[in-house]
Amino acid sequence: MGFLDRFFRKETPRQSARERLQLVLIHDRADISPDTMERIRKDLIKVINNYMVINEEGIEMDLERDGRSVALVASIPVIEVKRKHPRKRDK
Amino acid sequence: MMSMKKDGPSAETEESRMETRVIVVTSGKGGVGKTTVTANLSARLAMEGFKVVAMDADIGLRNLDVVMGLENRIVYNMVDVIEGTCKLPQALVRDKRVENLFLLPAAQTRTKDAVTSDEMKGLCDSLRGEYDFVLVDSPAGIESGFRNASAGADEALVVATPEVSSVRDADRIIGLLESFGKRSINLIVNRVRPDMVRKGKMLGVSDVREILAVDMIGIIPEDETVVVSTNRGEPLALSNTSPASRAFEKIAGRILGRDIPLQDLDDLEEKGLFANFIKLFGRREGRG
Repeated sequence: MGFLDRFFRKETPRQSARERLQLVLIHDRADISPDTMERIRKDLIKVINNYMVINEEGIEMDLERDGRSVALVASIPVIEVKRKHPRKRDK
Repeated sequence: MMSMKKDGPSAETEESRMETRVIVVTSGKGGVGKTTVTANLSARLAMEGFKVVAMDADIGLRNLDVVMGLENRIVYNMVDVIEGTCKLPQALVRDKRVENLFLLPAAQTRTKDAVTSDEMKGLCDSLRGEYDFVLVDSPAGIESGFRNASAGADEALVVATPEVSSVRDADRIIGLLESFGKRSINLIVNRVRPDMVRKGKMLGVSDVREILAVDMIGIIPEDETVVVSTNRGEPLALSNTSPASRAFEKIAGRILGRDIPLQDLDDLEEKGLFANFIKLFGRREGRG
């Protein structure tokens, strides 16, 4: 929040509008349901499991807003890196 | 290719652009001033000596003709051109009050399905080289009408009023325009009421700019002369020196690449009296 807040102790209609808009836009811009997020999480685990042993419980995934763009930020704790990468089967 | 410029004080200092610029005026939400902006910016750019087509892409709900006061002179429309009923120059209505200003009307008795994106793009392309500017008045919404209106445009002007619903819709539109690959998207905040902003009752221009995070090209204050000019069918830009008219003049200047600082409405919001004082000064300088 900007410096405006310091001037107004009580929330003005202007501030309400700002805050409501900012919240609603995070969802509008991301447009990803919790169900989709869960599917992304599972797929990520599946892919990374090919290369590393990870702590699935410790995975943190979130959408973050920066200016006009939304980023998917994931923190995935690695327990061990697997030595042999799986070969591509179709070749 | 041509650059039809009158001998004006700033004619030589203008960029030597010869390419036609096709600009879509859009908003998402209806009733925020797209048509007024299209009419006035078109008129203003024509007054600067450029050759301008104002195109109404709101098929079935045309209104640019009445706002420009040219409704009685329409013979053919855009759909007639696309369907080959007439040639493009026959459908262009020449504004007799300003040199170089033309209206390409929408069809009123058809629906948005009457044209495709490719046809709209073709129409815009056939105006290229012949005119300096094509301003396309987009219908509200995010469906085919908006997509068609944007199809032929290189640049976009997004009009929003400082209200939650309008800003939200503008955000959606900006996202879509970005996904269409428009190279330049600029925001116009319309119907600003500095008095209400100052009292904390309304979103300010700074709020809207920060939330939408796009480049801003102009601020238009709430101004009752806009209603009057629409009733008369005389674009403000043609005759008037009201605050809104001055705002259009500045926006047109910025479109032409002139370095005109944004209005002081932001300062007015935050600083009140002091900014008013500066504003007075700034205006004098600007006119002198």
